[in-house]
Amino acid sequence: MDKTKRHRLSTRAWHWINLLCVVILFMSGLNISNAHRFLYWGDYGFQPSEAWLVVPRFPAWATIPDFYDLAQARDWHNLFAWPFALVLLFMWAAMIFNGHFWRDIRTRRREWRLASIAEDIKAHLRLNFGHSPGKYNFLQKLSYGIVFGVLLPGMVLTGLAISPGMGPSYLWMIELMGGRQSARSFHFIFAWALFAFFVVHVLLVILAGPYRQIRSMITGAPLDKDAPTAQQEART
Amino acid sequence: MSGMNRRGLLAGAGALFLSGCGKVADSAAGRSAFEAAQRLHQGAQRALGGGGLVKEYAPSEISPYFRGNGSVDPQNGDYQAQAAAGFTNWRLQVGGLVERPLSFALEEIRRLPQRTQITRHDCVEGWSAIGQWTGPQLSVLLEAAGLRDGARFIVFRCADNLNGQDYYESVDLDDAFHPQTIVAHALNGEPLPIRNGAPLRMRIERQLGYKHAKYLTGIEAVASLDTIGEGKGGYWEDRSDYQWYAGI
Repeated sequence: MDKTKRHRLSTRAWHWINLLCVVILFMSGLNISNAHRFLYWGDYGFQPSEAWLVVPRFPAWATIPDFYDLAQARDWHNLFAWPFALVLLFMWAAMIFNGHFWRDIRTRRREWRLASIAEDIKAHLRLNFGHSPGKYNFLQKLSYGIVFGVLLPGMVLTGLAISPGMGPSYLWMIELMGGRQSARSFHFIFAWALFAFFVVHVLLVILAGPYRQIRSMITGAPLDKDAPTAQQEART
Repeated sequence: MSGMNRRGLLAGAGALFLSGCGKVADSAAGRSAFEAAQRLHQGAQRALGGGGLVKEYAPSEISPYFRGNGSVDPQNGDYQAQAAAGFTNWRLQVGGLVERPLSFALEEIRRLPQRTQITRHDCVEGWSAIGQWTGPQLSVLLEAAGLRDGARFIVFRCADNLNGQDYYESVDLDDAFHPQTIVAHALNGEPLPIRNGAPLRMRIERQLGYKHAKYLTGIEAVASLDTIGEGKGGYWEDRSDYQWYAGI
């Protein structure tokens, strides 16, 4: 790894490929959701009275394609599921082997003290983002950890559980999720949790200086002289 | 930049992205990428599943009602007259690339070795229902007729005409000979209701609902789907470009 860069090439490549995949999967997913706007728990469900949630109809400008077409939306969804899952697998492998996960994303026990979490929240509210000794502060680590550990893989695992062709090989996971309709509900919940992350993420990038932030995710950007390098952090 | 301009820029970028998606989807390269992804899903699912069975449920898990979709009460041809006569004159033809073309009356279908299975039906729209289906395995009929060399797909011919086109579907031999692929004549121990495909329908348990052809009149072994219907392998495939492999 080039230790003078803020973001490794693997991180930057994953970030932008993942963004494209997630945008297409999310917007084609909204089109698919319009086909049957009811969510259920358990194995079956087909009438509104059984639903725990009636999902609003998503407007055409928010969907791919930009008119109701279940077949074409499924084409987009099924195509981009592949690069989405494969680059996620690649990113996890890269994070484990290059130490990014252990060094930057894993939280330490001391960070879970209420007082230090409260401090971190206060610092965020003051829009002070440079207050942590490591690369990421606690709330960043926590949210990246949830996104990488739960939401992104959760999209893949729940998506597989909805597919009837996975029935013979994947029954244990479908059962673990509480049945096919539960898996479909989780697929929807995780998708919107990712959307919530996306909104906060973009907002914080804008508040923290969008030009510098976006540039560093494209070029890698040289490390600030004052900021601790990964090596220094690893020693602390 | 004023807020109005920024919103305009965002909306413009969004519209550009969507029209770009439309161009990709309409292009030959886009279509072949979609088809390649489907084949990859099919290959992966088949490799992982290895011909295994889908879950069969307990009688207590059967849904209180089994929704019908697509045709739910065909009005074309002599279907209504057949229904009024209790389908006593219904025939199921087995033909195409077979050694011995066969024709079955309902009574003969019921006398074949039967399989009863309580399975979950997943519609492409997203809903699911659980029902108990009874009928002979498709493999029993195909073995009785004897497939000829070159037969690669099984086409299901249906009595219902939906929006001016006869419904049909097709599967490959892997699905045709799967143990849970049956020609069902009963739902939850009763003759099939009309909305669920009376008097005969297919159960293709590892695929979505539109593959499970209802109002079944014919089973045809073919070498290629190119000359059947508009060549895409099924009613919804021809009409709206639904995926031929519907395991996802």
